[in-house]
Order: sequence, then C-alpha cells, then structure tokens
Amino acid sequence: MAQNHSQNPPGAPKGIAGAAAAGKESALSELLGAAMRAKRKASQGFAFSLFKIAAVINASALGLLLFFLIKNGYSAISWEFLSQAPSQSMTQGGILPCIVGTVSLAVGAMLFAFPIGVASGIYLSEYAKPGKFLRIVRLGINNLAGVPSVVFGLFGLAFFVIYLNMGVSILAGSLTLGMLTLPVVISATEEALRSVPSTYREASLGLGATKWQTTWRVVLPAALPGVLTGGILGLSRAAGETAPIMFTAAVFFTPHLPKSVFDQVMALPYHIYVLATAGTFIEQTRPLQYGTAIVLITLVLGMNLVAIIYRTHLRKKR
Amino acid sequence: MAAKRDIKEKGIQWLFVGVGMASLTLLTMIMIFLFMEGLPIFSKVSVGDFVFGKLWYPTYDPPDFGILPLIVASVAVTAVSSFIAIPLGVMTAIYLAEIASSRMREIVKPVVELLAAIPSVVIGFFGMVVIAPFIQELFNIPTGLNLFNASLMLAFMSVPTICSLSEDAIFSVPVELKEASLALGATHWETIHRVTLPAALSGISTSVILGMSRAMGETMVVLMVAGGAAMLPGSIFDPVRPMPASIAAEMAEAPFRGDHYYALFATGIVLFLFTLAFNIVADYISHRYKQVGAATL
Repeated sequence: MAQNHSQNPPGAPKGIAGAAAAGKESALSELLGAAMRAKRKASQGFAFSLFKIAAVINASALGLLLFFLIKNGYSAISWEFLSQAPSQSMTQGGILPCIVGTVSLAVGAMLFAFPIGVASGIYLSEYAKPGKFLRIVRLGINNLAGVPSVVFGLFGLAFFVIYLNMGVSILAGSLTLGMLTLPVVISATEEALRSVPSTYREASLGLGATKWQTTWRVVLPAALPGVLTGGILGLSRAAGETAPIMFTAAVFFTPHLPKSVFDQVMALPYHIYVLATAGTFIEQTRPLQYGTAIVLITLVLGMNLVAIIYRTHLRKKR
Repeated sequence: MAAKRDIKEKGIQWLFVGVGMASLTLLTMIMIFLFMEGLPIFSKVSVGDFVFGKLWYPTYDPPDFGILPLIVASVAVTAVSSFIAIPLGVMTAIYLAEIASSRMREIVKPVVELLAAIPSVVIGFFGMVVIAPFIQELFNIPTGLNLFNASLMLAFMSVPTICSLSEDAIFSVPVELKEASLALGATHWETIHRVTLPAALSGISTSVILGMSRAMGETMVVLMVAGGAAMLPGSIFDPVRPMPASIAAEMAEAPFRGDHYYALFATGIVLFLFTLAFNIVADYISHRYKQVGAATL
C-alpha cells in the first residue's frame, strides 16, 4: 500500500482571499496547521508501530517455541531414536512405533477425507445453486470445522469404537481424524476450483462437452495443484491431532508394530502427552519428550511449508 | 445417445448433491451420538443440578456431578485468552493488510500460518516445560500450571484464526472507500480507523468469534497446562479444569456406560452447544452484515 498520503491538507486557504487579508492571521493559521499535521503524523506513527510490534510478537512466539524445542531436544535426535522401539519403561530407545502409527493414522484419515472432501468441493464450486439449501450445507461444513477435537474423540468412541464395533484401532482413529480434516480439504478444493477461469469451462461446454466432462477433464486438472495442497494440509492436521485419537486409536505402549487396521497404535502426539504428564519417569524421559516433539513438529511444519511454498508459487504463476 | 448422456449427467449431479451433504450428515450424527450417550445421566441428576452444581467429584461415593466449575473454567480461559488474542490478532491483520511492504507480508504471513499449524500438544508441552516454571518464578506463585498460563497458550492458538480472517475482511474493503477518504485529506491512519475498520467490522467480529470458539474447544493445551483443579477459580493464577480437559483426562478411567461415562458425554454436549452457538452467531453476522461492495455502506 502507498504510505505517503500524510502531507495533504493545506493549513489555510491561499490565493483567493487575496493579498490584502494575508497577514498575521494567515501566518497563525499556517502555524496551527503545521502543528495539527505534526500531531496527526505522530499518532499515525504511534499506531503503525503498535501494529508492527504485534506482528513481531507473533513471529517471535513461533521463534521462541522452535528455539526452546530445538535447544533442549536436538541431542535426543539420533538414528537410533528414529529407528528403535522404546525400552526400559520408555526411558531408553526410540519412537519408531509412534512414527509408524502417526503416519498410518494420517494416511488412513486422508484415504477417507480426500475423496469425500474433493467431491464436496466440486459440488460447492460447480454444481450447487445459491439458495437456502446451499446455505444449510455451508452451515454444516462451517460447524463441522468448529466442533472441538475432544468431541470428535467422544463421537469416535461412541460410534466407530463401540457402535460399529471396530474397537480401539487404526481404522476407528483414521475415520475420526478423517471427519476432522474434511472441512480443510473441502475449503481448499473449493478455492482451487473457483480460481479456474470461467473461460475454460465455457470453451469446453462450447465444444459440446457435458458438465461432468468439463469438470472432470478441464476444471479439475487445472485445479489439481491447489487440490493437492489441501490434501497435504489435511495430512499434516491429522498427524498433529491428539484428542480425537485418545479414545479411538492410541495407546501408551504396544510391543509390536501394527499388523492390520484393527490394531491399536502408538502415535507421536499421544506419546508426548503421556510421557510429559502420566509417565512413571517424567524427569528421566524429558529429553525423549523434547525429541518426540521435534520429530512431530518437523513432520507437521514440513508438510505445511511445502504446501505454503507450493501455493505461493502457483499464485505467482497466475 | 443424447438421452443416455442426460441420464448420466443427472445421476452424477445427484451424486454430488449427496456427497455435498456429507458434512451436514456427520454433524447430525455427532449430535445424535453425543445425546444418546450423554442424556442417561439426567435420570440421576437434573439438568439444573448438572449445569449449576458446584461440586465435580465423579468418582466419590456418592458421586457429585456438577459441572459449573468446568464451565466457568472454560469461559474464563476463553475470556482471558481473548484479551490477549483479539488485539494481537487484529493488529497483526491491519499490519499485514494495510501497512506491511510486500516483502514483509511474504515473511509474516507464512509465520502466522505456521503458528496455526503447530500441533496443540506441542504448544501444551511448551507451556508445561518452559512457560510454567517461568511464570511460577516471576509471580512467585505455588504453580505455573494455571488459568493464566493456559490462556496465554490458547491465545497463540487463536491469534492465527483471528488474524487471517480479519486480514481477508480488511483486504476486501473496496479501494474506492479508502481513496475517497485519502482524497478528503485524511492521513493513512485516519483512513484505517475511521473508514477501513468500520467497513470491515463484520468480518473482524466473525474472526474474533471463531477464534474464541477455537480457544474454548481446544483440548490438549488446557489438559496439560491449566492445572486440573475442578474448583471455581478465585484469581487468574488459580489452577482450573475446563470442560475439554475434564473429558480427555477422565474418559480413559470412567467405567463403560457408567454414570461417570454418561456425565462426561453430557459435558461434551454442553461444550458442543457452546461452540455451536459461537459458530452460528459468527455465521449470522457474516451473512447479515455481508460486505458486497461500496453500495452497501
């Protein structure tokens, strides 16, 4: 935005009043005008520096968090840490089962949420007509996005684990996480589809293609990068959530890596929580807690960074 | 041929309408199952005693199922975190939308997005091991795990929500309005606070409500940082036990389909209704006072 609008108002009318009146009075009002300008400029400077400080506080919060995690945890990271199971009541060894668990939960969630989310996005952008029905559908999506994560956990427990008899398992956890990430995929897809120029659609329809042929062969391929970005964001969201898997998938310890979707798993976020709050050796496992947090945050922020960079790249290309 | 094509098109269209309703269906199912598992508690305690009861001792004999301390704790952490998050989020949004150079935008915007992406358990962990000892020493209080610390951590979770939605709202104020104000001789700052902000007010309010809703529903932070005492707080340095924390902490040990289990689902209902109300109000504001262009003002 342009910033140089502050040199505006003339302090006193000039010229018209003529040379006769121009004397003491004009000089005084000019002085007053200059004082006013200075005051207005100062209040602008004050407000703007406040805003800048707010932005700096946000940035430094992120910096501080990363700094403390890395400073206290980098020594815990080693190949053994990433490739071994925990041992000696969690005080030794690594977090391989947690990594495997988190990856399978997140991928499982997207297997469910990605197709449904993309289809919902296509509906909203290409098929839906404005009206009461669409309003209700949108209200549903917005409210689903606002449901507290622990409520998803309760629902997963009541519906998937108990009612559908899946037990505490990867399947139940993935479905619960899938519901939670659905709105993420939907809004990313819708945004990507809407940014496809309407001339694409018109050209295809003009050639005699049906609506579906146009959507499938023209619009969707053009929007694909944006849609995939939504998929990555959903994946990272699913990987980082704790509360939804507490009652549906995650356990403190399993002796083996999961063999089927009906197995319970260890997961990175849950591992951090349990080690930090409920473990028998909270102090001894502190380095492991930091290490696990670093691994989780690298995974999640890494995926987000990829999505952000990719999206900026796409926007620039347009 | 043409008829077959038409039938296929119609079929596909209805398929999409069906899938489009998935979110709504899931939301309805969440409500149904919450109520199915939560309502049985009301055969033991009345709704009034449950919501306004001051004692939460679910494992005692006889047990007390009063969730007022949990509700008050949730409202308190949400309110205190809003005090921090609203100014911080809105001011950062103004900075990004109006003041920052495009270079700064390219740095600060991803930072805010990354802040939004940090897993809540990591923020909770940070609050526990770094902030709690710091607060404890600074204010010389018995525990750093308290209402204040939880609010601080929650603030940093709702700032990104408030910031990015507010920025969209500020950004979409028609440029004619700003130009008119500048042409009348207003400074950039006068234009922002007399023209741009009032015009973006509905969008900013929506963002604030959604940010508060996020703070209220957030689980891991309050579970790890709030201190966990199910009592009415007397000061902002008292440990508290907000609703999500209570559900998450106790569900594992609550006997299946016992009174405690039902009471936790009923707490879930209350929490769900709170966030639902927030979201519906936000939706109402954004539709009622929709910014469509200069003509609406």
